[in-house]
Amino acid sequence: MARKSVIPFGPQHPVLPEPLHLRLVLEDERVVEALPSIGYIHRGLEKLAEQKDYIQDAFLVERTCGICSFIHALTYCQGIEALLKLEVPPRARYLRTVWSEMHRVHSHLLWLGLLADAFGFENLFMQAWRAREEVVDLMEVTAGARIMLGMCCVGGVRRDLTDEQLAAVLKSMDKLNRQFDDLIPVILKDYSVQQRLRGVGRISRETAYERGAVGPVARASGVARDFRETGYAAYGELGFVPVVETEGDCYARMEVRLAELYQCLHLVRAAVRKMPSGPISVTPKGNPDGEYVSRTEQPRGEVVYYLKGNGGKNLDRLRIRTPTFANIAPLLAMLPGCELADVPVIVLSIDPCISCTER
Amino acid sequence: MTFLNAIFRNLFSRPATRRYPFVKREPFPGTRGQLAIDPDRCIYCGICAKRCPANAITVSKTPSKSWTLDNYRCVICGYCVEVCPKKCLTMKQDYFSPK
Ligand code: SF4
Ligand code: SF4
Repeated sequence: MARKSVIPFGPQHPVLPEPLHLRLVLEDERVVEALPSIGYIHRGLEKLAEQKDYIQDAFLVERTCGICSFIHALTYCQGIEALLKLEVPPRARYLRTVWSEMHRVHSHLLWLGLLADAFGFENLFMQAWRAREEVVDLMEVTAGARIMLGMCCVGGVRRDLTDEQLAAVLKSMDKLNRQFDDLIPVILKDYSVQQRLRGVGRISRETAYERGAVGPVARASGVARDFRETGYAAYGELGFVPVVETEGDCYARMEVRLAELYQCLHLVRAAVRKMPSGPISVTPKGNPDGEYVSRTEQPRGEVVYYLKGNGGKNLDRLRIRTPTFANIAPLLAMLPGCELADVPVIVLSIDPCISCTER
Repeated sequence: MTFLNAIFRNLFSRPATRRYPFVKREPFPGTRGQLAIDPDRCIYCGICAKRCPANAITVSKTPSKSWTLDNYRCVICGYCVEVCPKKCLTMKQDYFSPK
């Protein structure tokens, strides 16, 4: 039997955009065990949230993640709205959906670029990020900022879109669709992509379920679970069906995300076409009191916010469970048995976002 | 076949990048770039300072009236612009650049 050796992977590693540390136990080149440790970029965000009032917190929680920021604010606001028993106007719900899906497009494209970079496919990396530029610009046009939109507030959204802007959104969606048509079939058929991703880091449906996988990781293993199915914001009215694959390997996780890219375009178009008219926000009255668990689907999976109000302006407790945190346990099931050279690809296939995990 | 199309398009299209800092992109009309104040209209009520989620604004009435913004703290959310009773705060489109 070969001698065992332990090597550290991260927290500083060329493929990792963020500091995740894994202790890999190797037998020759094969991983037999992986032990994670996190805590390199804890920011004390939950504590800070207790010191700001509940309106300001909407801006704060948005900064939990630099990729899916809008959806964090959305989850938070939906929670506070439930505590305040606020009814959000329909137009606001639709606008929230539009911005959420734009965020998903930019997040998946960013991930695609990083994954391509991880297995040395520079060209794809550039192509994916070029396509991402289109949607990031679109967010700047519609919301005034590229990532930290700051558009979701308790009671609705802060900016309305004019008809011209909605038309511009539709036009951008068509442009993105053409870019995806160029890019995605090539990626899926590419020999080197298949070699690097097929059969790598496979987890079964049972393991994914037992380990509490969420988002594309769960859906790639055949667990059809997507929180958008519950119909929060405007999803209930847009005919949403989750994308599911059954293979459970890195390739399937990529397939799920690539199919979701098209689905996002479809959802944005449907939301823009059905956009109701009317007010975009209601003024919140009173202070949140009681407990609420707010959940939504982020690009990486389901995010859970626990909110506890005490009848004052400040919250007693805000707890955020991000999807990457849930996906670390499935990641540890994927790693044993793989080659050391595949570790970066497998780690990236869960789309890790460490700074939101540690908050 | 699709790949060939992509190759040709990439070969003959303009570069996706700009030669920054020589060529700068014009900001979009609604962009939140940096905060600006019209000091003549400000009544130094301090509402903006109280509401700012990043504690970026300091307003004082004594000894002299002053309104200061810490540009490095400001997260350009635009909340102060909404709450100012005199509407003397505005968002400029160009980004703040360090001197
Ligand atoms: S809220 Fe407006 S008027 Fe009051 S101090 Fe701030 S800028 Fe001046
Ligand atoms: S834009 Fe936001 S962060 Fe900046 S000063 Fe105004 S309220 Fe504070």
